[in-house]
Amino acid sequence: MKIGRFAQTGNWILARFPLAKVWEEHMTHYYAPKNFNIWYFFGSLALLVLVNQFVTGILLTMNYKPDAKLAFDSVEYIMRDVHWGWLIRYMHSTGASAFFIVVYLHMFRGVMYGSFKKPRELIWIFGMLIFVCLMAEAFMGYLLPWGQMSYWGAQVIISLFSAIPVIGEDLSLWVRGDYVVSDATLNRFFAFHVISVPLVLVMLVFMHIVALHEVGSNNPDGIEIKKYKDENGIPLDGIPFHPYYTVKDIVGVAVFLLFFATVIFYMPEMGGYFLEHANFIPADPMKTPEHIAPVWYFTPFYAILRAIPDKFAGVIGMGGAIVVLFLLPWLDRNPVKSIRYRSGFYKKALLLFVISFFCLGYLGTQPATPTATLFARIFTVIYFGFFLLMPLYTRWEKTKPVPQRVTEEHGFDEQLPALLEEITELKPASSLEIGDPAFRSSFFNRRPNPDGIVKAITRLAKNLKESLD
Amino acid sequence: MINEGVDKSKRQFLTSALTVVGAVGTGYLAVPFLSQMQPSVKAMAAGAPVTVDISKMETGQLLRVEWRGKPVWILNRTPEVLETLKSLDSQLRDPKSEESSQPEASKNPGRSIKPEVFVAVGLCTHLGCSPTFRPEIAPHDLGENWKGGFFCPCHGSWFDLAGRVYQGVPAPTNLEIPPYRYINDTQIIVGEAPEEKGA
Amino acid sequence: MKTLLTLLLLTSLSFGTNASEDINLQKARIDINDKTSLLRGAKHFVTYCLGCHSAKYMRYLRIALDTGVNEKVVLKEIAPEGASIYDQLHSAMNKHDAEKWFGTQPPDLSLIARSRGQDWLYSYLKSYYTDTKRPFGVNNLVFPDTAMPNPLWQLQGEQHAEQRKTIWGEHAELVLAEEGSLSEREFDVMVNDLVNFLVYVGEPIKVERESMGKYVLLFFSIFFILAYLLKKEYWKDIH
Repeated sequence: MKIGRFAQTGNWILARFPLAKVWEEHMTHYYAPKNFNIWYFFGSLALLVLVNQFVTGILLTMNYKPDAKLAFDSVEYIMRDVHWGWLIRYMHSTGASAFFIVVYLHMFRGVMYGSFKKPRELIWIFGMLIFVCLMAEAFMGYLLPWGQMSYWGAQVIISLFSAIPVIGEDLSLWVRGDYVVSDATLNRFFAFHVISVPLVLVMLVFMHIVALHEVGSNNPDGIEIKKYKDENGIPLDGIPFHPYYTVKDIVGVAVFLLFFATVIFYMPEMGGYFLEHANFIPADPMKTPEHIAPVWYFTPFYAILRAIPDKFAGVIGMGGAIVVLFLLPWLDRNPVKSIRYRSGFYKKALLLFVISFFCLGYLGTQPATPTATLFARIFTVIYFGFFLLMPLYTRWEKTKPVPQRVTEEHGFDEQLPALLEEITELKPASSLEIGDPAFRSSFFNRRPNPDGIVKAITRLAKNLKESLD
Repeated sequence: MINEGVDKSKRQFLTSALTVVGAVGTGYLAVPFLSQMQPSVKAMAAGAPVTVDISKMETGQLLRVEWRGKPVWILNRTPEVLETLKSLDSQLRDPKSEESSQPEASKNPGRSIKPEVFVAVGLCTHLGCSPTFRPEIAPHDLGENWKGGFFCPCHGSWFDLAGRVYQGVPAPTNLEIPPYRYINDTQIIVGEAPEEKGA
Repeated sequence: MKTLLTLLLLTSLSFGTNASEDINLQKARIDINDKTSLLRGAKHFVTYCLGCHSAKYMRYLRIALDTGVNEKVVLKEIAPEGASIYDQLHSAMNKHDAEKWFGTQPPDLSLIARSRGQDWLYSYLKSYYTDTKRPFGVNNLVFPDTAMPNPLWQLQGEQHAEQRKTIWGEHAELVLAEEGSLSEREFDVMVNDLVNFLVYVGEPIKVERESMGKYVLLFFSIFFILAYLLKKEYWKDIH
């Protein structure tokens, strides 16, 4: 058989490198559950954002100067004198915040659908390690612009190490390389931020995906699709990742990019949450800004730290808030994975946890007034209570029957036409009827229908209430 | 699970369309990423033209200024030097400066706007070292044939006092002449050609 | 459930009163697309501010490029004598003198609009009043006990602070005691132009990035539509 040059080259490579095998095992013959919903976009988006941070980060290092006297100036140099420097800088800063939004949502999916449960505990552990590395990476990256918030945020957080008894002071000195945050700190944080942590992150992401592919993905119903296979050994509820989820993930990427671009081009500072106002002032070791707040994605943990009155206990509390996440697979005693089939009690507990996480996040941005501290303490208790009481309340909860096969998924895009029909009515001038083939083009001949809107809202409220039972 | 009666042409079209749009997008993204490596405004600012005052130059004196990070020589040539230049043509690789780089105004035997003042970039056209200024005739280390010029110590290239390269040396072309013009009789601006009168 | 909701509602209400600035800031009318305003502001900056404050991240070239004005005109009309088009807006004042006279070096103003905000700057420049207890004889409602004298006093005139009692408590109000060379409205326009310029200096690329944004979003919308159609086509296979 005659084959072209291109195919010949391809065959030469394939005889020496397991490309085809990898492609088959992990894409075309990797069977993922067919009922993935919106919550399943965030894994691939996290990978996209990681690549973004890598590429924009490397470009930034071409012009950034990791010297306390030059760093701030070099960032402004990038923003003004380097061609397109401003775009690369905003892509990197927005990417950092986007990374945490995506990762938090990705983690929440895991909590909701029990993706941390057997046999996926290791995937969860790798994920939590990625989260810890991500926090370290973001913390060190934030020092680099050498603004007031960079400097003082680092000063405050590194001095937490000194709270550790016996070794604390020396540890802080060792981390900083100096008696206060200084040029030495900046240089080493630069080294860690640019190469050490990214290398570790990439390895962890690789292991995370390998561990996932070993056991297969979970799904919104929390059932194991490998239980029911056809005569070829293919799960009945599984579909090949490629092309179905590759093509679906591209849609997710497109939507994400719309949001990403909107922020970058119209509101890169995001009201001072993505780029803090105080960071436009060069670092001044002599003058502390009025409010020192960490960047938004650290605020829940910062609130927990401040809520606990003792310095060392506060550090333990903040660390504990993360450690407790590692332990989740062993705290949740209930074999039912997905929240869809868990008890109303658990659903309400999870809702409480989510509310307390958001409130802690908000409180972390505010000054520590007595009222704010009181609320922070209440929410800290709820946060820890959710996890630490799990061995009790998850063991005896009344779960619903779990189906054998996955349930039908109707995405919002499928429900949209029916919903639009419900909340609008044809204008009286139009004489078209429902079922008429020309109905579709009636889109512009419609106006809001108050009864329909009320009906839809009532139905939505009822669904929301029922979902918590 | 996967139907045979799939609309292959529609899939093909959409895939191709999406690929094209994706490729265009990647191209648009590549532009900023690649342009950012271009010299920044700061580099261009540092490369701005340099004004030199030649009113106090003595005959035979060499002035060195920096332009775009490179040394630029301004040499006050004596009439004897200008005479000697004419006799060197047979020993030179490119006596009429056809291969080398210079502005229009300097494409003449003396390779300068005014014959008495020679302006050149002081970097050897071989690999970029800066040659030494050797105006003396037949010094001990360079031999009898040396009639005054520039000698590059790195690999031994010879240039005459119009920056023209000799045959048999590693350097391929004559010294580069930068764009420059006379603001008045005593001031030269290096980095601006005579046509551009101000930005 | 009901108690939970009520609790939530009450907690959110109690956050309504958070520790914020006591001063009510006046709103500046910022429009960085208004090139003539930017040019006027640039001239004001060089005349009244550059003596003490640098704006060292900004070049005269940038002003020329962004306003579409010829470089020579910028050098003649706006930049100080002897500046080159590539120069950054450096102040003539040196650090030692500044510390001797003011106690501290006047901060660079390149990014002041991004750190303080436009309304703060606008209000600050308009809120000077006479105060004989201060070294320069003036104080400022927006930045109490500021070390900075009032560079615009000749234009604005002299303001006095008078205490006013209202049902909300006591606060100071500024009253014009002596007129300056500009009317109140003219002065407002002048300060507005200056703040407009400072906002622009904070991020010169802002106009361009906002204008570029719509094309980027348009492109991604097309990408989204195509991707969605492709996804729907493939997913017809499923079920």
